[in-house]
Amino acid sequence: MTLDLGTLGFDRGAHVLVKHALRELAVGDRLTVTGDSADLSLHLRAWSRAQGHGFDPAPRGGSITRGGAEVGRWKGAERTGDPDPARPGAVVDQPPGHWGLAARGARVEAGSPAFRFDLDEKDLVWADDIPRLYAQAAAAQWDPATAIAWDTPVALPDEIEDAVVQVMTYLIENETAALILPARFAGLLHPHFREAMQLLAIQAADEARHIEVFTRRALLKRPTLGLSTAGGQTSLKTLLDEPDFALAMFLLSVLGEGSFLSLLWFIRDHAPDPVTQQVATLTAQDEARHVAFGLSHLSRHVEHDPGLRPRLAQAIESRHEALRQTAGLNEEVFDALVLLTAGEWNPEAIGRGYDAVVLLQRDMAQGREKRLRRLGFAESDAARLSELHTRNFM
Amino acid sequence: MNDKILLGAVAYDPKVVTIWDGFRDWFERHDLPFDYVLFSNYEQQVESHLAGQVNVAWNSPLAWIEAKEAGERAGRRARAIAMRDTDQDLTSVIVVRSDSPFRTPSDLKGKRVAVGAADSPQATLIPLLALQETGLTPEKDFEVVMNDVLVGKHGDHIGGERDAARALIEGQVDAACMIDGNHLLFTREGTVPAGKTRVLLQTEPYDHCNFTVFEKGSPASIERFTRLLLEMNYEDPVVRPLMDLEGLKEWRPARLTGYRLLEKAVARFGTLDRWLAEIPAR
Repeated sequence: MTLDLGTLGFDRGAHVLVKHALRELAVGDRLTVTGDSADLSLHLRAWSRAQGHGFDPAPRGGSITRGGAEVGRWKGAERTGDPDPARPGAVVDQPPGHWGLAARGARVEAGSPAFRFDLDEKDLVWADDIPRLYAQAAAAQWDPATAIAWDTPVALPDEIEDAVVQVMTYLIENETAALILPARFAGLLHPHFREAMQLLAIQAADEARHIEVFTRRALLKRPTLGLSTAGGQTSLKTLLDEPDFALAMFLLSVLGEGSFLSLLWFIRDHAPDPVTQQVATLTAQDEARHVAFGLSHLSRHVEHDPGLRPRLAQAIESRHEALRQTAGLNEEVFDALVLLTAGEWNPEAIGRGYDAVVLLQRDMAQGREKRLRRLGFAESDAARLSELHTRNFM
Repeated sequence: MNDKILLGAVAYDPKVVTIWDGFRDWFERHDLPFDYVLFSNYEQQVESHLAGQVNVAWNSPLAWIEAKEAGERAGRRARAIAMRDTDQDLTSVIVVRSDSPFRTPSDLKGKRVAVGAADSPQATLIPLLALQETGLTPEKDFEVVMNDVLVGKHGDHIGGERDAARALIEGQVDAACMIDGNHLLFTREGTVPAGKTRVLLQTEPYDHCNFTVFEKGSPASIERFTRLLLEMNYEDPVVRPLMDLEGLKEWRPARLTGYRLLEKAVARFGTLDRWLAEIPAR
């Protein structure tokens, strides 16, 4: 086989053509390379030697005998599933650590370093609708700067504005927990489960935007934020202290964000001003996706590992025990919700607000029961466990 | 040392530790007791080898000749057992700037020629011999500009050659000497911009490093060591990174035919005379 390089030399990429031509040959076969580059023969010799090929000089170039190094390098390389998760065998049950950061579907050289990813079992992290949920999440990203009409006039009574600031303050600290958890687990997940990793990452990014818009709404009319209680933070700390992915995501997504979804819809429906309403509407859309992801992978997990269900129940009970000595939802938040819902500073409106918040709590409990039943809990267990969920909502 | 292979190597770069630590693990896994000692220069390594402080040495081509010559004086025959595929059939070049008027080596008469370290076979001794054979005597017919980076390491560190190439491009010298592979490297990394140099002379092929033993005093396991080296396979993912670091695709049985040029240069320039004269006194 002959390859003419024209004027192209090794100083400008000739090796690319030579390599390509050599790949057409069997090990031991010869390739005659010619060209008009001044140093071609010199560089062919040096390059061939370094690559493990034989070399014999010839006029205007040389003759290369293909060595076995390149074939040897890729012997034992592994194909890491398939990029299309819908194809059979695309996502394996337990990808090995040495597949590392390689793109799913890439061919990985043997001898790649073994990474340690704690979340490396498909049953733990995967659900068949994850790719769809990710695509949905990516398509639904909104820009906090433009998605909300920040310049809409807002003129609430002082007490109601203060209540909105307090609710926003509470939402921010809860969303901070909701950002940290998926971000932490994204770093522990084997990248073979690409769409799950992407979904966790986009979930963290969602929360980043939520924190931004809640902060911006709170500061719309006030120079600073409201109160953060020890009880509220204690409740969130038990969430962050949970090291197990399934249990943490269960407590966060299915129970916490599930309850939050009701709360955000509630704020949307009772918002005293259009900005608060828009903020609640947009964030609720994202939260609905987070709940769907949690339910999806936990349903699959429970299906493959029925032993998970009692552990989930145990997680709720343990958290309840840990929070037994705390006050639950702080009075400031409860009262602020009443006022936000009232929208006016008078007894009649406050009474209406109070009734609505009581209904909200019932609605949250029903939502939790429904989701627990979707995970296969019996009706009575679902009702009991729902009652044990933190009174802090998240 | 019993049957343990205790190898001497010169620490010309921090990667040497990674390489020999890795090979040590590999040999140990193949049930060959192996360890290594690093030297700061080849002369000390050869002397320590002769004194029995190590029983195999990873020698530069000049160190091989040193071991052979010093061994003969001590009644010990040096034997080369293996070398890298990349140690075979190297050439060196003497390059000038493309726009220079020099067309033949004799045009360098009265000019300044940059070389590598004084003890570099590839960037100094062999190219200077090539010029000598065209009738130009170093320092008499042309000025030799040394780039003495890490003398004692026999040019293993490429800094000297890179300095020589830079001096050529910057116009401080009229010609520069380097190994063919470094001409390719310098061209690709931009030290020598594409098209800026022209090869005035290319030497005959020669060979480079080898594992050296002395026939009396080498352990019985040396044959097994050699066999394991030759069996080392680039397909093996454990050893492949080490082979990449050491710059080879396979170990080959050593051959001595490729040292002719360097032997001639050493004899011509008296490179080892002083060192050899001091050996018996030590």
